[in-house]
Amino acid sequence: MKDFEYAAAKTVDEAVGLLASKGDRAKVLAGGTDIIVQLRETGREADLVVDVKKIPELVKYELSPAGGLKLGASVPCYKIYEDEKLKSAYPALADSARIIGGWQIQSRASIGGNLCNSSPAADSIPALIVLDAKCHIAGPGGRRTVAVAEFCTAPGKNVLQQGELLTALEFAPTQKGDGSHYLRFIPRNEMDIAVVGCGAWIRLDASGKTITAARIALGAVGPKPLFAAEASTFLTGKPATPETFAQAGELAKKIATPISDMRGPAEYRTHLVGVLVVRALTKALERATQK
Amino acid sequence: MTKKLHVTTTINGEQTEFLCEARQSLLEVLRETVRLTGSKEGCNNGNCGACTVLVDGLPVNSCLMLGVEAEGCNITTIEGIGETQHLHPLQKCFLEGAALQCGICTPGFIVTSKALLDKHPNPTEEQVRFELSNNLCRCTGYDKIVRAVLEAAKIKQTV
Ligand code: FES
Ligand code: FES
Repeated sequence: MKDFEYAAAKTVDEAVGLLASKGDRAKVLAGGTDIIVQLRETGREADLVVDVKKIPELVKYELSPAGGLKLGASVPCYKIYEDEKLKSAYPALADSARIIGGWQIQSRASIGGNLCNSSPAADSIPALIVLDAKCHIAGPGGRRTVAVAEFCTAPGKNVLQQGELLTALEFAPTQKGDGSHYLRFIPRNEMDIAVVGCGAWIRLDASGKTITAARIALGAVGPKPLFAAEASTFLTGKPATPETFAQAGELAKKIATPISDMRGPAEYRTHLVGVLVVRALTKALERATQK
Repeated sequence: MTKKLHVTTTINGEQTEFLCEARQSLLEVLRETVRLTGSKEGCNNGNCGACTVLVDGLPVNSCLMLGVEAEGCNITTIEGIGETQHLHPLQKCFLEGAALQCGICTPGFIVTSKALLDKHPNPTEEQVRFELSNNLCRCTGYDKIVRAVLEAAKIKQTV
């Protein structure tokens, strides 16, 4: 690996200044579990690596029943699933944090990093989409926010401009009757890349039987993680039953445009979308009715 | 360009200073500069766990961390887990349970298992298998490793 300069920024402004000064020759270092491999193996080069883990606002999170969750972009995955309150408020997020790599990866890797790496198969992104996270971005031109469903643009690409840094992800407060789940299909038991990933979130009415809002998102079946809008809208006002879940699965299949590769042929992946949507909704329902 | 950076850290309980290039991984620094060669390089890309060390008590793939990121950290390598005359129960159980063949994966398994037993003194088989999923072994087929870890947990409970 070619040598580079290393700088540990202490503030967001300092990081943005450093990143902007080198344009695309600067790379952000959060957990490092993707970028170090890319610099070593894929011939990507950097003149400057900016470590953002010393910036207080990036490594903390705030969770409150009224305020929701604001998750610093570099908070390591293990902190998410080890916090019982966070886990029960945003279970799909905790599900994904628990299966990104193994324990050694989860000690370092962050949800913000997983999002910025923008793999179509990234486990956290469908979870973030169904939880409707808002991305907080700082850059030379000031701060802005972007809905997470709009963040990724193509494999490995996203809306971040030169000099911009993802600082945090914000989630609306959860209510009684909310439930969510993320799962993926892999041939191994653990430590694998999704053949298909699926997130589901539902909100039930006071009776606990009818869905008042739902969101479904898919990973690894398109050039970026996808929000299944039609399947999500379809569920609104419907009874939470296996039949409606199966119909939502069929609708979600319509947006899948997977490639065939060593992880599975396109047809198989499309079929799996239907299967995983039902599984994700079933688990989300179980959680929505538990609380 | 290859300016060396000065890093101060604690390794196996001792304050340690080293010089490294920014691009060097913690694994490289541990093996080549600090001369602690117990941590192994299997894949050098985060898949195998042979390079696992504890950073502030958490298992980390040292091939995926830069040496300079170790500034101020508390690091435990396989060399800090036991001594030849006083093996850690995990080391004893690996040896006596034939949980290794070539041994390349073993330091990583022991270090991760140490973190596991610190967190879950009485783990289930499923917990052992799940938490060790970032450690690959090409020789043993895992069964004896899992049994050695469960056995070590039992011994630790009784001492
Ligand atoms: S050598 Fe670090 S994970 Fe394989
Ligand atoms: S004993 Fe050879 S790789 Fe595990």
